[in-house]
Amino acid sequence: MKILVCISKTPDTTAKIAFIEGNTKFDENGVQWIINPYDEWYALVKAIELKEKDPSVIIHLVTVGGADTEPIIRKALALGGDEAIRVNNITNDSLVVAQEIAAIAKEGAYDLIFTGKETIDYNSASVGSMLCALLDQNFISAAVKLDVNGNAITVTREIEGGEETSTSNLPAIISCQKGMAEQRIPNMRGIMAARTKPLKVVEASILNATTTVKSFDLPPAKSGVKLVDPANMDELVRLLKEEAKVI
Amino acid sequence: MVLIYIDQADQEIKKASYEAISYGAALAKQLDTTAEALVLGNVKEDLTTLGKYGASKVHQINNTTLNNFDARVGSTVVAEAAKTLGATVVVFAHNINGRAIAPAVAVKLNAGIVTGACALPKTDAGFVVTKTVFSGKAFASIQIETPVKVISINQNSFGTVLGEGTATVSTLDITVPTSTITISSIDKIQGEVPLTEASLVVSGGRGLKGPENWGILLDLAKALGASTACSRPVSDSDWRPHHEHVGQTGIQIAPNLYIAIGISGAIQHLAGVNRSKTIVVINKDPEAPFFKAADYGVVGDAFEVVPALTAAILKSKGGA
Ligand SMILES: Cc1cc2nc3c(=O)[nH]c(=O)nc-3n(C[C@H](O)[C@H](O)[C@H](O)COP(=O)(O)OP(=O)(O)OC[C@H]3O[C@@H](n4cnc5c(N)ncnc54)[C@H](O)[C@@H]3O)c2cc1C
Repeated sequence: MKILVCISKTPDTTAKIAFIEGNTKFDENGVQWIINPYDEWYALVKAIELKEKDPSVIIHLVTVGGADTEPIIRKALALGGDEAIRVNNITNDSLVVAQEIAAIAKEGAYDLIFTGKETIDYNSASVGSMLCALLDQNFISAAVKLDVNGNAITVTREIEGGEETSTSNLPAIISCQKGMAEQRIPNMRGIMAARTKPLKVVEASILNATTTVKSFDLPPAKSGVKLVDPANMDELVRLLKEEAKVI
Repeated sequence: MVLIYIDQADQEIKKASYEAISYGAALAKQLDTTAEALVLGNVKEDLTTLGKYGASKVHQINNTTLNNFDARVGSTVVAEAAKTLGATVVVFAHNINGRAIAPAVAVKLNAGIVTGACALPKTDAGFVVTKTVFSGKAFASIQIETPVKVISINQNSFGTVLGEGTATVSTLDITVPTSTITISSIDKIQGEVPLTEASLVVSGGRGLKGPENWGILLDLAKALGASTACSRPVSDSDWRPHHEHVGQTGIQIAPNLYIAIGISGAIQHLAGVNRSKTIVVINKDPEAPFFKAADYGVVGDAFEVVPALTAAILKSKGGA
């Protein structure tokens, strides 16, 4: 079985969100970069768990981005995975990303493609669904559990107010979230091994974006908290009713 | 024409789809065209009533296969319908199923897409859609460059607008591909409004010390008719189920009221809740960062404040 795990580079969750050049560009100054948590904690680790059960499983990682994504890819390889592919295309258009990954996927003939539920920067949650259309394969999103049994898969996904379990066959595209796997940290052996694992660079082939980011804005600051005496909850109820009008 | 995808579960229309219709209708008005709804499969509701939310027509693809959600089949069918009907904008709710198919539909229509939109597009020059990015810490205005456009709208960001209209309902004939996914079970959490659809949410953090103490929070939620949520360490420790975990790596919500009890207000937690209209923070530490993001704060011990708040709410509801 061959698995392709899509890896995205995102700012650390505590990164200061600020914009430069007339609010048209994210300020990368001082920003620490991490593997998108959904890609790392759930998609990648799930693939590693499958390989631990069946050593014949082959895991490839793919990222679409510039050379500055390589430390992230090496970290992902330190967790696990056999080799990585970087498509040298710097874009924030999900469709460009998906088209680049689709080309890699067609060539590699993967049984499973994993993505995270969304990235924590653009929150687009788009690549998995786009791959579904580009590859004409089944797509199960927001998965919390996956069992593989030969060619058959059983997937549990989140639905509003519950969970839905279904069965289908490989190949399939799965977007992963909490529940899929247990978060891990790379060990020394993994880090050493990652240095020599193949990281192939493929030149960009998709150049036409369908969207352009015009500007960014920060939300208006809260006007300040109104403190209520803990001994006077009637007052809080009154404020919620009459001032905020939410109850 | 603006086409709005109607999401269903158990043959019931999802709440988020009503908001999507209202958004689609406002957009149609802005573009001087009509808003029409697309229903896949069969639903219990009287479809003419979708007119109340602003749809002038409802197109129904009457095929029972479509009662079960399948992203590959659903996106194929929606894209075919959009082509047949000549839609120029297709609108989805940015809920679980909307996220699963809107991008695929965009691919099939060669359309640019913005997911997680939080306002109507600016259409005076081009077509610019504002969406939340960095998990709610910022907004991005994104221009869609293609003739056909796809938008999914964040829940609770536009609001549902109720009017008077009645929609005309007609059947649409579209070939439905065979689904190769078999749904084996659906487990619903009984009796609670799903967190993403809730307008009132009561949430607990590590400050509540242990799962055995959740009773006071549940009592408050019950008094308000609110849904319950929690911080990440709480669900990681299995004090509460995973589906209650809100934040940057959990669910992002935007209720009218979010009451945070014993939650410090870490940046990753705030990212999931800072679009709430009103935030109340109950924390014994006056320095807790959450107070900076709050509208109302109570500095005090949750074990005293929460039961008192519950009592005050019950009293205001008529003493029950
Ligand atoms: C990559 C990453 C992603 C993350 N994603 C998320 C996420 O999605 N969601 C999330 O929630 N967290 C997330 N976190 C974790 C986050 O950083 C915080 O650790 C977490 O939110 C803290 O949870 P808490 O507020 O419940 O606990 P604590 O930080 O321990 O806070 C407990 C609070 O309770 C108060 N308290 C104690 N006793 C009482 C009492 N008797 N009465 C009233 N108040 C009391 C304390 O003053 C304190 O403020 C993430 C972290 C990382 C690194």
